[in-house]
Amino acid sequence: MAVVTLSVNGATHEVDIEASTPLLYVLRNDLDLKGPRFGCGLAQCGACTVLIDGVATRSCVTPASAVRGAITTLEGLSQNGQLDPLQQAWIAEQVPQCGYCQNGQILTARALLNANPNPSDSEIRAGMEGVLCRCMSYFRIQAAIKRTVQQSTASFFNASPAEKTGAAS
Amino acid sequence: MSETRPGLTLPSEIADAVRSVNPATSRRGFLKASGALFISVWLGANPTERALAQTAAGSAGPYPIPDYLQLDTWIVIHPDNTATFHVGKTDGGQGTGTAYRQMMCDELDIAYDRATLVMGNTDITPDQGGSGGSDGIEVDGWPMRRTAAEARRVLLELASAALNTPVAELTINNGTIAVAGNPSRSVTYAELVGGRRFDVTLTGENINQIRGLAEVKPVQDLRVIGQSIPRYDIPAKVDGSLTWAVDVKLPGMVHARNVRPPVAGATLESVDESSVSGMPGFVAVVHRRNYLAVVFEREEQAINGARALRTEWTPPSEAPFPPSQDLFDYMRAQTPTSSSREVISGDPDAAFAAAAHVLEADYEVPFQGHTAIGPAHALADPSDGQMTIYSNDMKIYGLRLGVARFLDMQEDRVRAIYMDGPQVYGRTAADDVGFEAAFLAKELGRPVRVQWMRDEETAWDTKGPAYTFRMRGGLDAAGRPVAIEYEARALDYNHVGYNEPDTVLIAQLMGIRPAQPAQGGAALPSNQYGIAHQRMVGHVVSLPIIWETPLRCGNLRDPNGPQVTFAFEAFIDEMAAAANADPVEFRLSMIEDSAEDGQFRKARSLATMRAAAETYGWDSRPSPNPLMAAASGAIVSGRGIAYTFRSGTVVAIIADVEVNRETGRIFVKRLVCAHDCGLVINPTGMKYTVECGMLHGLSRALWEEVRFDNEKVTSVDWASHPTLRHSDTPESIEVVIVNGDPHPGRPDLPHYGAGEACHKPMIAAVANAFHDATGVRLRRVPFRPESVLDALRNQVS
Ligand code: FES
Ligand code: FES
Repeated sequence: MAVVTLSVNGATHEVDIEASTPLLYVLRNDLDLKGPRFGCGLAQCGACTVLIDGVATRSCVTPASAVRGAITTLEGLSQNGQLDPLQQAWIAEQVPQCGYCQNGQILTARALLNANPNPSDSEIRAGMEGVLCRCMSYFRIQAAIKRTVQQSTASFFNASPAEKTGAAS
Repeated sequence: MSETRPGLTLPSEIADAVRSVNPATSRRGFLKASGALFISVWLGANPTERALAQTAAGSAGPYPIPDYLQLDTWIVIHPDNTATFHVGKTDGGQGTGTAYRQMMCDELDIAYDRATLVMGNTDITPDQGGSGGSDGIEVDGWPMRRTAAEARRVLLELASAALNTPVAELTINNGTIAVAGNPSRSVTYAELVGGRRFDVTLTGENINQIRGLAEVKPVQDLRVIGQSIPRYDIPAKVDGSLTWAVDVKLPGMVHARNVRPPVAGATLESVDESSVSGMPGFVAVVHRRNYLAVVFEREEQAINGARALRTEWTPPSEAPFPPSQDLFDYMRAQTPTSSSREVISGDPDAAFAAAAHVLEADYEVPFQGHTAIGPAHALADPSDGQMTIYSNDMKIYGLRLGVARFLDMQEDRVRAIYMDGPQVYGRTAADDVGFEAAFLAKELGRPVRVQWMRDEETAWDTKGPAYTFRMRGGLDAAGRPVAIEYEARALDYNHVGYNEPDTVLIAQLMGIRPAQPAQGGAALPSNQYGIAHQRMVGHVVSLPIIWETPLRCGNLRDPNGPQVTFAFEAFIDEMAAAANADPVEFRLSMIEDSAEDGQFRKARSLATMRAAAETYGWDSRPSPNPLMAAASGAIVSGRGIAYTFRSGTVVAIIADVEVNRETGRIFVKRLVCAHDCGLVINPTGMKYTVECGMLHGLSRALWEEVRFDNEKVTSVDWASHPTLRHSDTPESIEVVIVNGDPHPGRPDLPHYGAGEACHKPMIAAVANAFHDATGVRLRRVPFRPESVLDALRNQVS
């Protein structure tokens, strides 16, 4: 057993576990988080995705003891009670069918947009390729990502010059 | 480490349901006094209190079966003038919960946001069987509408007495009844019955037929039905706040994992418990004949334990099945175990003899799986002589009854609570795992959570039956279809049912089984084609081993439809091409030649086919596309149509495909679906369900196949069992709502289902579009790049 310290959604947690324990089970069973879910345990589907320092990571194959960065789960994506623009788009586009995969879809889309705020259609397809949905909500997912991109581009063009260059802050 | 908080383990709608289940006990005052403690105690100590309270009163169990003939079972009016509806269905993510709520709000005359809906909670909601067959809107919606209409009628009567005014002079606005022209004289639903019972008995021989004295509203008076209200379940699925069946935790619960036979039909000879008993968190190894599971304190410990457990198995004396590459030859060589009666019209033999042109073709569809994104799971709580199962099983009532029988418990001591989960679209391991959790929980006397592993789910979940088809068609000298013959063989022997205690996997592995295996079936096509001379027959063939095998069949989204419609609609396309006819016109003229039926399927088929062609911008020409024959470069493109109906819903799909002749990749660029399901409850929700249902069909067309050697399934994960992905997603999808009823404005326009009809013709639409692009027929599913390249090389046309 080993005491592992994790930063999750802005809070620090200490858990006493076997060092090899996958992060997924620590988040779900020790920290009672519901966003990341078991789908394959093989890094093949994306259902267990979390962000570590903004990068989409498959928690089913990541030992908790190996994590150094800040973890964000689906629950931690909203800021100051405001849903992430992607989550808002997900609701506007009524994306989920059952919804089980959507944790991985939303967080992978967030990581995609973090790295590339204005992806093309083929970049969206490529960036999302490894996240599976067995309800086949892919068309809706892509619509929600495009909506988010369009809205952020629109607000960029509507913004003041100072805001565009970052000088406003 | 955080403590498990029992009061927080259930979603609010279930907590609400618990609170509202007995409005007679003035819950308001009680809640005010005790606040959240009430919920927490009830759910935490959960069954205990209620079990003890009720068993003290007699031998009845804590979970009486709700009486569907009582209006109070369906509708509760609260003192704050809101309503809760109880329905015996589940929502797999198609938005049916939202649709049910719309239907009941409309009939009750209460605003949508003043009502909540509770589903699939066996001791609270009436037994409507759970979900399946896309019949939620088509069948189960009627008792919902009628009970709400009856509640409205009773409320009007009560208001009439309270306001001393005849019912005819009363008006209703969102839960308030007023004297017409004098709104100051009014009374709310809550003032009439809030927190109290209706005490009204309904009539009807079964739950689908129940009714009160009231009639449902004519379509023209419906206000909530027909609106695209956003689904109520989506926000919590998107922000991470929903508690799913996988999330439920109970104090003292342990984790189990199954250990399956390495070979179908193998016998467990020995288990070496000492191989795992020293591992951290070890609780138990449980086995009964060939059923075997390990139980540990923590989930990852159970996973490790299941891998480490040393066992010895003896394989069966004969191979349980042929390898998948030999499957279709095997099926054609078998003597059927049963055959349907031949359906004959006209004189097919004479018509074929006289035909100017006779075509023949064989089609093949392999076993395909449900393969849910999240493997099967359930949590069972055995405390105090009762059993509660938390599950996403859509046949939740069957689960309750089946588990009661399996464990020899009184039915009213078992309850099953449906919660959201990964969807499966049919009868699957979500059934099996509830029995496993309950069995282990009873053995150990502790709450047990079981989840299957990925390889276990993909290999051992029930399968959609494999099919072979032989088709024959005759055209006259003018190219008109005069005769058709359809012969199907389905590997559907011993198709397992819904949660029978002697057919679920754990029962099979324990050696429990019914005297007779289920006969299975091979379906016939559904269409409105007036071909004068027809012969149709279906046979069922069997594998050598039918019990304790991963190749067991269970309903998979439209259980036979995609297979049958692939063969039939692809062959109709072959006939159209042989006749040098446009495939849409060829079909329209056959539909014109058919007789109308009670659901106006002829008129609705014509309207649906025309709507699809018009939306697509279809220009008349035969297939294949003559331009493509001369095309240079890797990519050729084509269009294809397929049509069918399922129950009352008529659907036509047009697919545009691009085929890469060098890589063998098929990309479906555009989909148009014309869809007539009668009265649409929630247009946007329906369209999105249709989108996803089509793409599920596309996944089966392009990728899905269960592969096996002669002893075990070898397609066991997302690498060996590929599925549709983001890159396969069409660039454009259009769903057109059609109302092809000859009397479109009729006040009693029926509402039909939407989950499966759109799924049914998808494989055929892709195959037909592929032919249009390449001149080559794909007659074996799936159309993976390697089989496409094979077909192109062999130029099957
Ligand atoms: S569960 Fe981690 S990728 Fe599938
Ligand atoms: S929405 Fe059900 S798996 Fe994606």
